[in-house]
Amino acid sequence: MATPMVLAESVYKCFGRLEVLRGINLSVAPREVLCIVGPSGSGKSTFLRCINHLEKIDGGRLSVDGELVGYRQRGDKIYELPDREVCRKRAEIGMVFQRFNLFPHMTALENIMEAPLRVKGEAQKAVEERGRALLKRVGLADKVDVYPNHLSGGQQQRVAIARALAMQPKLMLFDEPTSALDPELVGEVLDVMRGLAQDGMTMVVVTHEMGFAREVGDSLVFMDGGVIVESGSPREVLSNPQHERTRSFLSKVL
Amino acid sequence: MSTGSDAISDPTFPAAQRPDAIKAIPVRHPWRWVAAVVVLAFAAAVIYTFATAPGLQWSVVGQFLFYPEILRGILVTLELTAIAMVIGVVLGVILAVMRLSVNPIVSSVSWFYIWFFRGTPVLVQIFFWFNIGSILPYLHIGIPFTHLFWIGTTNKIITPLLAAILGLGLNEAAYMSEIVRAGIISVDTGQTEAAQALGMTRVLVMRRIVLPQAMRVIIPPTGNETISMLKTSSLAYIATVGELFFIQKEISNFNYDIIELAIVASIWYLAMTSVLTFGQYYLERYFARGASRLLPPTPLQRLRRLLFHFHDPPPVGPFEPPPIYEERLR
Ligand SMILES: Nc1ncnc2c1ncn2[C@@H]1O[C@H](COP(=O)(O)OP(=O)(O)OP(=O)(O)O)[C@@H](O)[C@H]1O
Ligand SMILES: [Mg+2]
Repeated sequence: MATPMVLAESVYKCFGRLEVLRGINLSVAPREVLCIVGPSGSGKSTFLRCINHLEKIDGGRLSVDGELVGYRQRGDKIYELPDREVCRKRAEIGMVFQRFNLFPHMTALENIMEAPLRVKGEAQKAVEERGRALLKRVGLADKVDVYPNHLSGGQQQRVAIARALAMQPKLMLFDEPTSALDPELVGEVLDVMRGLAQDGMTMVVVTHEMGFAREVGDSLVFMDGGVIVESGSPREVLSNPQHERTRSFLSKVL
Repeated sequence: MSTGSDAISDPTFPAAQRPDAIKAIPVRHPWRWVAAVVVLAFAAAVIYTFATAPGLQWSVVGQFLFYPEILRGILVTLELTAIAMVIGVVLGVILAVMRLSVNPIVSSVSWFYIWFFRGTPVLVQIFFWFNIGSILPYLHIGIPFTHLFWIGTTNKIITPLLAAILGLGLNEAAYMSEIVRAGIISVDTGQTEAAQALGMTRVLVMRRIVLPQAMRVIIPPTGNETISMLKTSSLAYIATVGELFFIQKEISNFNYDIIELAIVASIWYLAMTSVLTFGQYYLERYFARGASRLLPPTPLQRLRRLLFHFHDPPPVGPFEPPPIYEERLR
């Protein structure tokens, strides 16, 4: 079997005395799309943020593409990675946020070019070409020089996806990418994500869009209270939930 | 406004017949007129009293307004202000970043610096640097455990101008660091997060993402600080620096036209602060790019509106078409 892109083994995380993740076990294969659903406060965002080491885990093991997140193992000793290394690892993982978080002082194209130029030190010309191509791919070829504030929510989120893709990541994390959007704008963002999945991108998607999970997701986990209550193929879990908690949650969102 | 013009240009939505404008007799405001007259009369009386004060020789004001010594003093004032502000801003940014550091030692050093330099008068600080030679007659800089060192007489190194620059600049840094810190804190944490997720290092995040956005909050109070510094630089007279205030005082010590020369200095201070106020607008506009849809009007635009279009509604930015959603991917 190929190395899983993401492998979580009893991942624990607490904020002070609040245990947010209480033993998460899951694995995401390359090219797989994993959807995470669950009620507010169940720790979905925290788990995503642990994957690219925006949060440090307090227990268990978490690895991306066969390498521990934030640590290096030599023999049976584990060393903390220096900041520089952590940043290098993060650069290989794209992340898309609920509130877009585009850089407001940069145009759409500048947003996309920033990291490839400054983090990877790539050549201006190649990056600009790739940036324009990415904007075209997300359907915003005509918004190259527009500042984020002049874009609709859906357009901003598509630029944010393009910005993450510009780093040519091997894994994309989505944290409720459509939750802050007006209903009529949700479709345009999901379309871009659907295209990405078809191109074989490995994706972990926290979402409340059950239609999307059913159609695009290869697997689905239902989280509640910091644990995975139920997992399986999206179709199975959504149409035939085994647990009472899953059932009551789904009855509220479907 | 934009929705109105939109509906008209859209053929599928024929615009309704626009009703006639409302013709109403405007409300009269007699008290506004009374207040205006009283205020103007009072102002006129004050100005008249001073302008015609029997001891005041306006000809002396005119005589010294462009006096070469005064003009040289203005140059020194500008130089002092510029250098002190540069030190203040650069050191202020460093102190602000230190203050927000996760390292408790680093952040307390910054806290202590601010506490000390904000808690003592600038005048005393300038005086201190000016007289430091009396307690440290020699300065040496050397590399420890080697014989490489450099030594100099304090009074030769810390000239009056340098004493004033140190006093003003180090004091300013304490104030600027608080301004910069407020700016940094005002930037949404989502920005840092997004930048970190892209693999940017802490330094890069600060330099490329956070500070440029903090500028919008930092610039207006920094403009105030600069204007304030222009005037505070007059305290350098204690260190016998030949800036505007010192020069005019030297002249009036000599000819006893104290008020006349104070007026000369005031006219120049006012002129300089006015120019700075003007420049501040343009700087603010530059750092507002991308932040709001409408840029604030420039002073020139304001003036033009005041003179020629008094009754028009305030100017709005370029017409922004509503977002189009058809470009959805298929
Ligand atoms: N930095 C933090 N410090 C302290 N507590 C935190 C922090 N981040 C998250 N929490 C807490 O951890 C719990 C889980 O938060 P998390 O954001 O992971 O939930 P979520 O499943 O993403 O919820 P939502 O659907 O509302 O986004 C919440 O109770 C939250 O208050
Ligand atoms: Mg969340």
